[in-house]
Amino acid sequence: MSAMDEAAKTLQVDIWRGGAQGAFQSFTVPHEVSQTVLDVVTYVQRRLDPTLSYRFSCRVGMCGTCAMMVNGRPRWTCRTHVDRIADDGRIAIAPLRNFPVIKDLAVDMTAFFDKWRDAGARFQPRDGAADSFANVDPNSPARRAASDAIECIGCGICHAACDVVSWNPDYLGPAALNRVWTLVNDERDADPAAHLAPVAGDAGCHACHSQQGCAVHCPNSLSPTASIAGLKRQTLAALFRGQL
Amino acid sequence: MSGRLEVWLFAAQRLSAMILAPLVLLHLATMIYAVQDGLSAAEILGRTRGSVFWGGLYALFIAAASVHGAIGLRAVLREWTPLRGAGVVAMAFCVAILALGWRAVAAIT
Ligand code: SF4
Ligand code: SF4
Ligand code: FES
Repeated sequence: MSAMDEAAKTLQVDIWRGGAQGAFQSFTVPHEVSQTVLDVVTYVQRRLDPTLSYRFSCRVGMCGTCAMMVNGRPRWTCRTHVDRIADDGRIAIAPLRNFPVIKDLAVDMTAFFDKWRDAGARFQPRDGAADSFANVDPNSPARRAASDAIECIGCGICHAACDVVSWNPDYLGPAALNRVWTLVNDERDADPAAHLAPVAGDAGCHACHSQQGCAVHCPNSLSPTASIAGLKRQTLAALFRGQL
Repeated sequence: MSGRLEVWLFAAQRLSAMILAPLVLLHLATMIYAVQDGLSAAEILGRTRGSVFWGGLYALFIAAASVHGAIGLRAVLREWTPLRGAGVVAMAFCVAILALGWRAVAAIT
């Protein structure tokens, strides 16, 4: 099929409207070449219904604000091509799972980021760190472990994919724990080992089932599962050292 | 404090799994071997009676299984039910399996 024919088709798009209580509303949207799901949502808002609420910023996969459920899976909509996911020309777009809905496709991320705080996912520089550069060996095991986990854009997709989050609302979740893992491996941090205690609680790393729903869906191909497994190992070592 | 408990339980879960894995295989292998000549109580008791090896093996098997099962049960109860005292239920489960299991071991050795 030529690109022209492809573009001439239309898409049937069901978009969630309302808050936690709401319903899907159907729209017909022209199908374009190289169209993203975010393009579809933007078309609806600009041409069909200006009251549609959604969130995005960079449109190039850097800011992490555009995540939504697309045909039942959490995805970054600005980098998700319609052609890859449309199910016979149909797309269902809903607000991100495991997040309270504000309106339509916009969710409240407050509790999600509060968990980063509760997990202690905050870099604490060493005294005098501003006076000189830290010499971090790029090939050290700790630096490699941090590198594997560091490219997180805070999109919340892993949090939406995680069943343990939906069962236990207190669970810190894959994103916050993944971030803590980078700090445990950050030799510039004032006390990397001190990051272990806040994540060793019953809502912390040990609640994870290692089933990798987070890793499968992370748009940056990170594996929070691997990071969490690292936290489990390190907390055990800290316990035996009497540091927990 | 709850953090330390979680880490101890994690360690106990891994340790009991490491004990269970070879024991389960040995148990299955023995079963397959044992049924070759037909399965009878006399034949089983002939092997286990007075045997420190089999008695010790199954006593260890039961200890590991009771710990492993109870920790798993605790996790399931906590995630799937609103039950508050999942730890207490799991502990009772562990003790019950231990008591029943060791009683059975005592009976065949
Ligand atoms: S591996 Fe752990 S954090 Fe990731 S989705 Fe599964 S339970 Fe959640
Ligand atoms: S780990 Fe991946 S899925 Fe989770 S918030 Fe970061 S970038 Fe998004
Ligand atoms: S709009 Fe920034 S990641 Fe999609």
